[in-house]
Amino acid sequence: MREKILTFIEKNSRIDLKELAIMLGVEEAVVMNELEQMEAEHIICGYHTIIDWDKVGMEKVTAMIEVRVTPQRGMGFDKVAERIYNYPEVNSVYLISGGFDFMVTLEGKSLREVSQFVSEKLSTLDAILSTKTNFILKKYKDHGTIIAEQKKDERIQMTP
Amino acid sequence: MRDPLSKTIVTIQPSGIRKFFDIVSEMKDAITLGVGEPDFDTPWHIRDEGIYSLEKGRTFYTSNAGLKELKIEIGRYLARRYQVSYDYNGEILVTVGGSEAIDIAMRAMLDPGDEVLIPQPSYVSYEPCCILANGKPVIIELKAENQFRLTAEELEAAITPKTKLLVLPFPNNPTGAIMEKADLEAIAEVVIKHDLFVLSDEIYSELTYTDNHVTIASLPGMKERTILINGFSKSYAMTGWRLGYACGPEVIIKQMTKIHQFAIMCAPTTSQYAAVEALKNGDEDVAKMREEYNGRRRYLMHRFKEMGLECFEPFGAFYVFPCIKEFGMTSDEFVTELLQAQKVAVVPGTAFGSCGEGFIRISYAYSLDVLKKAMDRIEAFITDLRSGKK
Repeated sequence: MREKILTFIEKNSRIDLKELAIMLGVEEAVVMNELEQMEAEHIICGYHTIIDWDKVGMEKVTAMIEVRVTPQRGMGFDKVAERIYNYPEVNSVYLISGGFDFMVTLEGKSLREVSQFVSEKLSTLDAILSTKTNFILKKYKDHGTIIAEQKKDERIQMTP
Repeated sequence: MRDPLSKTIVTIQPSGIRKFFDIVSEMKDAITLGVGEPDFDTPWHIRDEGIYSLEKGRTFYTSNAGLKELKIEIGRYLARRYQVSYDYNGEILVTVGGSEAIDIAMRAMLDPGDEVLIPQPSYVSYEPCCILANGKPVIIELKAENQFRLTAEELEAAITPKTKLLVLPFPNNPTGAIMEKADLEAIAEVVIKHDLFVLSDEIYSELTYTDNHVTIASLPGMKERTILINGFSKSYAMTGWRLGYACGPEVIIKQMTKIHQFAIMCAPTTSQYAAVEALKNGDEDVAKMREEYNGRRRYLMHRFKEMGLECFEPFGAFYVFPCIKEFGMTSDEFVTELLQAQKVAVVPGTAFGSCGEGFIRISYAYSLDVLKKAMDRIEAFITDLRSGKK
């Protein structure tokens, strides 16, 4: 049941609980309990909104920063990650296999704000060896949702 | 000038849907639930394989019966999903949609006067194809109280010495009815007893919401008297690719291939390459779509229950078939008024045979948002009808 609930709300977290229960063929209370429990267990970690900020006309800059670090003795990468993710400007931090260690995504109001954060806060952390900042020019798809496209129903309206 | 037309073709009526289609397409902000194809796009990896085949310049005819690789995959698929085994070499024919398979199966099997049993309500093409193949259609009227399944008694009652072929359209469009194994066993017994053949149209086989679909061809003694028809349109959301297939005894497939060879040459090459990918790596896509349809199906059943609209619970395809007899209107009148009053388009049950009178077909190949809006409007419509406002 959990997997089925998650599959539905992953794409639409605003779905009406009553409707979700109907669609899964169970009581509403069952869905509610499962959701509460999964929230408590931190399986569901949050409900966010996918926004096309470009359309709002608000300046926003997103950067993906490749970070190389020296792992701290006894702590491995986790301690370093913690020092990075505690900054509220930081959107996500992933430990990555390959040529660098962390992928950090960052949102700021302007290029200057982002580069300031990188040069003054991120690079100055002890464990950081190097950073490489990649600015996002255009978002095509986010969280499985295609941003630009709004598809019309092109099917013939009545077919046997 | 002489009459340019064949006497047979002019007796065949065009589909009854046309007139509603014309109204709907003129109407602004109408919601239509009249579509008989999936709302999903063909999964990307399948489309990509089609594109790749074009890039590679695979733009030639394939052999008449279809790409060997595809036929092998079809054989594997049927064995894996439905426990029937067909030899790719001689027992499988790749066609232009299931539709072509229906047509050429009838042409390959019927002599003038042979009777073909067609359970209705059902898809619109069986009867015309039978007539065009010089067969004589004999309609079996399925009943709501049997959940629109075909019973052995109904079958037995329709058989005459001239009966040759039984069309078995399950999971069913428009009713959503399915036939479970026990139902099929009863039918198989009668079929064998009277030495009939079966044209089993299983195009919706992946869309069942109880147990896995069972094909009558998998029952003892039935493979040699069954033409199994299936395809990619509904299961993989590939309607526009026009690809289906027929499987059956080599003697029949051989003659069908002959007609196919002269009329069609071969099924579209691009589609065939894409279909190989669908069969190899598409199970998960199908499962996802099935889950989604099932949710919508439950939602519609719930809404009908709330508004007190009688509807048997269908377990297949993506249609529900509610009964509108309480309003004392014909299906045609109901559909026309619903369209005018609330701008919701559905298909009258009579489009699928006269015994569809008193029913409407609602497709749930639409997003939940669309279905919700449409159900609100239908609820408003029947509330008005019941309170005598209309």
